[in-house]
Amino acid sequence: MGYRSIVLVKQVPDTANISGQVMRPDGTVNRAKLPAVFNPEDKVALELALQTKDQYGGTVTAVTMGPPKASDLLRECLYMGADEVLLISDRKFAGADTLATSYVLAEAINKLGKYDIIFAGRQAIDGDTAQVGPQTAEKLGVPQITYAEKIVEIKKNKITVRRRIDGGFEELRSPLPVLITVIKDAAFPRTFRAKRVMAYKNARTLMELEKMTEANSLLYIDDLLQEYKSKNLYMPTFTVDDLDVDLTRIGLRGSPTKVHKVESVVLAGSEHEQFEPTKEGLNELIEKLMQDHIFG
Amino acid sequence: MPNFFTDNKDLLFQFENLPLQDVVDMMEKNYTQCKEYNYAPADYTDAKDNYFKVLEIIGDLTGNFIAPRAAEVDEQGNRMENGKVVYAQGTAESLKQLAEADLMGMELPYKYGGLNFPKSIYMMAVEMVSRADASLMNIFGLQDIAETIYKFGTEDQRKEFIPHFADGKYTGAMALTEPDAGSDLQAVKLQAYQDEDGNWRLRGVKRFITNGGAPVLLVLARSEAGTKDGRGLSMFACYGDDTVKVRRIENKLGIHGSPTCELQFNDTPAQLIGKRKFGLIKYVMDLMNSARLGVSAQALGISQAAYEEAVKYAREREQFGKPIYNIPVVSNMLIDMRVMLEANRSLFYATSRWVDIRNRLEETIEWLKEQGKPYSEEQERYKEANKIAALLTPITKYTLTEGANKISYDALQIHGGAGYMKEFPIERLVRDARITNIYEGTSQMQIVAATGGTMNDILAEHFTEKEKKKRKGSLERLAGYLKEIREIFDESRKYVLDKEDTDFQEVAARELVEMYTSLFVGYLLLDESEINPRKVFVANRYIVGGLAQARRNAEEIKNEQFSDLLHADEILI
Repeated sequence: MGYRSIVLVKQVPDTANISGQVMRPDGTVNRAKLPAVFNPEDKVALELALQTKDQYGGTVTAVTMGPPKASDLLRECLYMGADEVLLISDRKFAGADTLATSYVLAEAINKLGKYDIIFAGRQAIDGDTAQVGPQTAEKLGVPQITYAEKIVEIKKNKITVRRRIDGGFEELRSPLPVLITVIKDAAFPRTFRAKRVMAYKNARTLMELEKMTEANSLLYIDDLLQEYKSKNLYMPTFTVDDLDVDLTRIGLRGSPTKVHKVESVVLAGSEHEQFEPTKEGLNELIEKLMQDHIFG
Repeated sequence: MPNFFTDNKDLLFQFENLPLQDVVDMMEKNYTQCKEYNYAPADYTDAKDNYFKVLEIIGDLTGNFIAPRAAEVDEQGNRMENGKVVYAQGTAESLKQLAEADLMGMELPYKYGGLNFPKSIYMMAVEMVSRADASLMNIFGLQDIAETIYKFGTEDQRKEFIPHFADGKYTGAMALTEPDAGSDLQAVKLQAYQDEDGNWRLRGVKRFITNGGAPVLLVLARSEAGTKDGRGLSMFACYGDDTVKVRRIENKLGIHGSPTCELQFNDTPAQLIGKRKFGLIKYVMDLMNSARLGVSAQALGISQAAYEEAVKYAREREQFGKPIYNIPVVSNMLIDMRVMLEANRSLFYATSRWVDIRNRLEETIEWLKEQGKPYSEEQERYKEANKIAALLTPITKYTLTEGANKISYDALQIHGGAGYMKEFPIERLVRDARITNIYEGTSQMQIVAATGGTMNDILAEHFTEKEKKKRKGSLERLAGYLKEIREIFDESRKYVLDKEDTDFQEVAARELVEMYTSLFVGYLLLDESEINPRKVFVANRYIVGGLAQARRNAEEIKNEQFSDLLHADEILI
C-alpha cells in the first residue's frame, strides 16, 4: 500500500536577505548576486509529502523546472528523504511565466506515470503569484486544494485536508489523485539526514555531467551516464526532447505575461485612509485602488 | 540564519588544520567500507568533505533550532510524571531533530548504524550543541555509553543495544555516583547478585545520575560480596524499566534541561559488561576519560556562547557617548577572553586528536591480533599515544572548565547590572558553566590525574623537538619565552622532587601542571601562527601571560608558600 507523491519545488533568489549590493540603482534586484535557496513553502510541501510517506508508506518524487543550477535543490530533496528527483531543464524553457511553466510541469508529470498526490508550495517568494500549483492541477484535470495546513486523513483513496481561510479553517475531502498547495505553517521542514548527505552529495543531473565532459575531454557523456546510473547517483533529467510539448506554448514564446514596468516603491507609513466595513466603503476602496493603479 | 559551524571562524580553522589523516585511514580500513555502505567515504578528502557537510547540518540545527529553545528549556526544566522523567519540550524537540538527522551515533561503526566518525569530529558537534544549549549536551554527549558497550560488550550485547543508540531510540545514563561514593568511586555499594537462574540483578541506590530516566543505564556495582575496594566492582547494562525507580529529580543551579536523578534499583535484571571485577579499574576509567573530553567540549561551547554575548553587548551598549567596546579596559577584557577561548580550543582538539590516535591504534591492534599479523610497531605507537592522551585529557578538563567559568564570569561583568538580570542569556551561561569543573571529576581530581605525567615530564621529547624548530620574526621572541618557561618548569619540578614530600607535591602539582599546560598550548599557538598571521596576536598574549604565570607559580613553590599547611588548624578558625 502507500501513496505516490510528487512534490513541485523551485529554487528562488533569497529575497529574505537582500543586502545593499544586491539592489541595482534603478530598484531592480541583481539576481546573480543573491544566493539561491529552496523556496520555503515548497520545502514545507516536501516535508508534508515525507510525513505522508512516513505515515502511510509510498514514495516521494521531487520535480523542479529550472536552470542546471537547480540541481542543488534536488540534492537537498534527496538529503531530506525524497526517493526520486527529476530536473526539467532546457534553454527553450527559459523565460516561462506561470502559464508556460504549468504546461511543461503537467506534461512532465504525465510522463511520470500514475500518482496519488501532488504537493506544491502555495507560492514562491520571487514571483508571489500562487498560480503554478492551481494551473498545473487544471492542466492535469485533477482536483486541487489550496492553502492546506494539515493532511487530516487519507482513507480508501479519499483525502481529507484542512485548509486555512480568513478567520478560520475548513476541511475538504477529495478523491485521489489531487493537487495540494501548502502554506508555511503546515509543517517544520526536517533537517538533512547525515547519511543521505554523504550518500547523495555526488548525485548529478544530465547538465552537470555534460559540464564535466566539457571540462575534461577524456570523459564521454554516455560512459558518465552509465557510471552514475550504476552507482544510483544519476538524477533523471528531462529536456525539451523528452517531452511531447508544443514549442509555441513553452518558454518566453509561450508566456503571455509581460513585465510592463518595474518601480522602486518606498513604503511610507505616514498616511492612511480609513474605509467603513460596508458595501459602500468597499466600493470606495476598490475605486481608490484602481485610481492608484494598484488594481487594474 | 546563524550556523554555529560556518560562522565560527576559529572552529573552522581547527577543522581545516587538524591532521586527522592517519586516524581516518585506520578507521576506514583503507576505505574499503564504501562498497558496503553507500555513505562511507572513498578516500580521506571524501571523508573530510563528509565531516564538513555533517558539521554544517549540526551548525544549522544548533544555530536555528536548538539555541532559540535554550532559554525556555532552562525556565521549564524536567518534570516527573508517574515515576518517569519528562524532558522540557525544547529538549524533546531538539533530540528528535538530532535523531532524525542521524546524529545520535556519530562515532559508532557502520555495522551498527553509526556514522563511523573520529572522536575529534564528534567533539566539534558536542561543542556546537553546548554553545546552543549546554544542558542538551548531557544527553547528546552521552554517545560514549554506546561506545563503551561496543568496546567491552559481547557481539550479542552490541547487536541488542547499539543500533538503537544510533537511531536515537535509546539514550543512555552512566550510573556511577552514590551518596557515599562521589570522587571516591571505590566506595560504591550498589549490590549486583546472581539469582537462582544465574542472572544478574541490581539492588541499591545511585545519586546525581545525569539523564537518569534514560532507557539504558550503565551501572557500576559491587559484584563481589564482602569486598570493599575498586577490585570488587563490575560494570552492568540494564534497561530503565519499572524496577528502576526515579526517586527524585534534583533542583540544580544550572543545566536545567539535563535531568539529574536519584535512582533506586529494585532487583533490576542486568547484563555483565566485559569481565567481572574490571568495572572500575578498566571500564569506568575508559568511560570517564571519554566523558571528561565531552565535558571539556561542553565548557568550550559555553565559553564560545559567553564570549559572543559579551562582544555583542559591548558593541551595543553605549556609555560616556561611545560603545563600551571602545573603552580600553573593556576591550582588554574581551581580548583576554578571546585569547583564552582560542587557546583552549587549540588544546582541546590537540587532545581529542591524541585520544583518536590512541583509540584507533587500540582497534587496529585488536584487528591485527585477530588476523594473526604482527603488531609490535603499532603497540609501540599505542603506548606513546596512550601516555600522552592520559596526560592531556585531565589537563584539558581542568583548563577548559576553569576557563569556561572565567570567560562566562567576565562576560557577565561586561554586561554590568543588566547581566545579573534574567533578561540576558549570560546569567544562564554562568550557571551552566559552574558544573563543568565539578562533575566527571573535579578540577582538583584532574590535577591529581595529570600529576604523574607532569612530574615524569613525559612531553620532554615533544618540547625538545619544538625548541629545535626555527621560527620567523616575532615568533622567535615568543619561542624564547617558551624556552624560559621550560627552564622555570624544570627547576620547580626538581625542587619539588628533591623535597620528597608527597603532601607538598600534591599541593604544588597544580602550579606545575599549569606551567606544563602553558608550554604545550604555547607551542600549539606558535605552530598555528605560522599558518595564520592573526594567530600571532593570540600566541603573543598567551605566551607572555604564560611566562608571567610560570614565574609566579615558581615563586610560590620555592618560597614554600605551602609550608603553612602544617598550621592549617591554627589558620582555619
